[in-house]
Amino acid sequence: MENDVMIELKNLTKKFNDFTAVDHISFDVKKSEVFGLLGPNGAGKTTIIRMLSTLTRPTEGTATIGGYDIVKQDNKVRQLIGLVSEKMIMYDRLTAKENLRFFGKLYNIPKNTLNERIGELLELVQLTKWKDSKVGTFSTGMRQRMNVVRALLNMPKVLFLDEPTLGLDPQSTVEVREFIKKINKENKTTIILTTHMMNEADRLCDRIGIIDNGQITALDTSTNLKKLVSGDDATVLKLEIPNLTKKMVTKMESLDCVKSVAQENASHIKIHATGDKAFDAIIDAVRAENAKINSIEKLQPTLEDVFLHITGREVRDKADTKIPVKHGPGHRGFRQRRRVR
Amino acid sequence: MSRMGAKNMISHSFRIAWKDLLEVFRNRMGLVLLILMPIFMMVMVGYIYPSDNSLSNVTVALVNEDVGYGGYTNASSTLIAILENANNSTDLMTLTTASSFDEVREMIQRGDVDAGIIISSDFTSSIMNGQQGTITLVTDQSNLQMSSMLQAVLQEVFDQLGTGLAQQNVQSLGVDPSNSLAVVQPYNVQTEGAIEGDFSYFDFVAPGIIAMTVMMSVMTGLPVAISEERESGTLDGMMVAPISRLSVILGKTLAQIGRGLLQGLIIIVIAVSFFGVTIHGSILLVFALLLLCVFSFVGLGIVLTSFTKDQETATMLMTTIMFPMMFLSGVFFPIEQMPWFMQTLSNVLPLTYVTGALRKVMVLGADISMITTELAILIGFGTVMIAIAVPVFKRAMTS
Ligand SMILES: Nc1ncnc2c1ncn2[C@@H]1O[C@H](COP(=O)(O)OP(=O)(O)OP(=O)(O)O)[C@@H](O)[C@H]1O
Ligand SMILES: [Mg+2]
Repeated sequence: MENDVMIELKNLTKKFNDFTAVDHISFDVKKSEVFGLLGPNGAGKTTIIRMLSTLTRPTEGTATIGGYDIVKQDNKVRQLIGLVSEKMIMYDRLTAKENLRFFGKLYNIPKNTLNERIGELLELVQLTKWKDSKVGTFSTGMRQRMNVVRALLNMPKVLFLDEPTLGLDPQSTVEVREFIKKINKENKTTIILTTHMMNEADRLCDRIGIIDNGQITALDTSTNLKKLVSGDDATVLKLEIPNLTKKMVTKMESLDCVKSVAQENASHIKIHATGDKAFDAIIDAVRAENAKINSIEKLQPTLEDVFLHITGREVRDKADTKIPVKHGPGHRGFRQRRRVR
Repeated sequence: MSRMGAKNMISHSFRIAWKDLLEVFRNRMGLVLLILMPIFMMVMVGYIYPSDNSLSNVTVALVNEDVGYGGYTNASSTLIAILENANNSTDLMTLTTASSFDEVREMIQRGDVDAGIIISSDFTSSIMNGQQGTITLVTDQSNLQMSSMLQAVLQEVFDQLGTGLAQQNVQSLGVDPSNSLAVVQPYNVQTEGAIEGDFSYFDFVAPGIIAMTVMMSVMTGLPVAISEERESGTLDGMMVAPISRLSVILGKTLAQIGRGLLQGLIIIVIAVSFFGVTIHGSILLVFALLLLCVFSFVGLGIVLTSFTKDQETATMLMTTIMFPMMFLSGVFFPIEQMPWFMQTLSNVLPLTYVTGALRKVMVLGADISMITTELAILIGFGTVMIAIAVPVFKRAMTS
C-alpha cells in the first residue's frame, strides 16, 4: 500500500513575512494519479507547486516525491519531475528545437537520444513543421504546447501543471487536456495540476483538493464532492421568473428547506435545497407572490456548485463575523490574470 | 562523484552561456546598440572637451592704435611680427585688421571673429619711457574654453616679446648678451609629453571608456540578465533541472564576459582606426587587463544580483552605482583635477585602477612591471568579492 504513494505532503507551509500563503497542508498523491488543486486566485496553488518542484523552500513541514525529501534531496527530486509553470518557460529568440535542446542538455540526455526525443515530442504536438521557427512567432496555443512538451523532455515520473490551459481558446484547451490525459495513460505519469476552472478539474482529475486561503477545505473524487451538494435528498434547481423581485429572493432564502439562493441574472435564480418537500415549498413561495414561473430545471451539481458551497460560504462567514482576512498583494480579484509573454 | 559534478557544472554553464550569447546575437537592435553606445560616448566626450591641438584658425581682429614715439612705432610692429611668425608655424590664428575697439566688439557679436587684440595708442611711447605697454585682449565670454586657451597662447607670445625687450634693456646695463636671458627670466618651463607624437583627448579617454564598458557589461548586464529571466519565468526552467545552482550564475557570467570583451574589442578597433588612438603598449597586456577587469567586477555584480528581485530595481541600483564610478574613476577627467576628498573617494573605487592601468599601458606603453600595484589591488578586490558572492548567491537562489 505505502509503495503506491508518489507524493506526500506533511503540514507543508509557506509564509511570506507574516502572511501565510500555504497553511499546514497534508495529502498524498498515488502513483499515476491525476490530482487537481482547485482554488480561486491567490488560494496558494502556485506556491504549493513551487515548493513541490523545489523552486521555493517551505517555511514549515515537509514533502517527499518518490520518497525523496524536497529540501534535503532536491536534486534527486529534480530528476523525477517536470514542471509546466504559469509563465512560459521558453526563449522567444530561440527556435523550437534550440529551446528543447537547451533544456534537454541540462538533464544530461545523450545527444542522439535527445534529438530523437525532441523529434517525437514535436511530432506529438504537431509542431514538427515549426521546429526551426523562433518561439516568439508562435501563437499562444503553440507556445503552450511547447511549454508542456518541454516539461516532458526528461520523461518525468511526476508532472506539475500550473494552470495548463490558461489563456487558451476552447479548441486549444481541449487539445491540451487530451494531451495531458494521454501522457497520464501512456506513461503512467503522476500529475498534479492546478486550475480555477471547475470543468477542467472535473474532466481531468481522479481526485480534487479544494483549496482556499492556503488550506485544503475538501478533498475527494469529483463524484463524492458533488454528493456534498446534491446528496440523496439535496437538489439544485434553476428557476426562470420574469418579474423576479428582491423580496421573493429573501423569502425563498428564509425557507427551511433552502440552503442558498444565487441570483444569476434578472430572471434566473439557482437554489440549493434539501428534503423531498423542497420542490413544493419553493413553488408555493413563488405562487404566493403572484409571480409566474417560466421554466424550472433540476440541475446536475457541478464542481462549481461544490466550490460555492464550500469556499463561497466560508468566505462569507468570515466577512460576517471577523475582521476581513488579510491578503497579500495577490488578493483575489485584484490580481491581473494574464500570461506573461 | 564530485569530479563528475564539477564536469557537469562546467558543461552546463557553457550551455547556458552559449544560449545567452545566441539570444544576444539574435537581438538585432541590442546588437546595434552594443556597438553604437561606446562610439557615441567616444564622439561625445571627445568633442565636448577639445584638446589644445584641436584649436586652430581662430579668427582674431587686430587693432593697432599705436601712434608711435618721436616717429618710431617699432614696439608695436615687432609685436605684430612675432604674432604673425608664431601664427605661421601653428595656424593658430587668422589675423584680420580692424580700426577700433567698438568695431572689434561688433565683429565678435556678429560672430565674424572669435577675439580681438588692441594695441594701445601709447604702446611704443610707454615702452620707450621704460613703462609697461598696454595690450588689450578682447574675448568672447560665451566661449570660455576658447577664450582661456587664446589668452594662454597670447600670454606666451607677449611674454616672449616682453622678455626680448627686457633683454635689450639689461644688455644696455652691460650684461653679457649670452647671459641676458638667464638674468631676465631665470626659469624656462617647457612642457613636453612623455610620448612622442600627437596626444589627443581620445587617447586619454579611450582606455577609460573601454574599462567602463567592460565593467558595465559584468555589473549591469548580469543582474539585468538574471532578473529578466526571473521575471519571464525561464529561470525556473533552469532551476527545476538537476543542475548546480552555480552553473546558472557561472554560465550567465561567462556570457556577459564574452559580450563585454567583444564590446571592448570593438571600441579598441574603432578608437584605433577612426579616432587616431595609438596603443603604445602590448595589446596582449591590454586584453589581460580587460579580463582582470571582468574578474574584479564579477563578484560585485553577483552580489548585487542576489539582492535585486526585479529588473527595475536592478537597473536603478546599477545606475546609482555606475554614475559616480564613471565620474570619479578618472574615465573622463584626470583624477588630479579633482578636489582632495574626491580623490580619496576615487582611490577606493576599483574602476580607478583599471582605468589607470589601462591608460598606462595604452598611452605610456608601460609594461607589466609598471602596473603591479594596480594588478595587486584588482586581483585582491576580485577575489574578496567572489568569495562573498558565491554563498550570498546560493542563499538567494533557494529562498
Ligand atoms: N513571492 C511572494 N511574496 C509575497 N507574497 C506572495 C509571493 N508569492 C505568492 N504570494 C502570495 O501568496 C498567495 C498565494 O499565491 P499563489 O500564487 O500561490 O496563488 P494561486 O492559487 O496560484 O493564485 P492564482 O490562481 O492567481 O495563480 C497570494 O496572496 C500571493 O499574493
Ligand atoms: Mg497560480
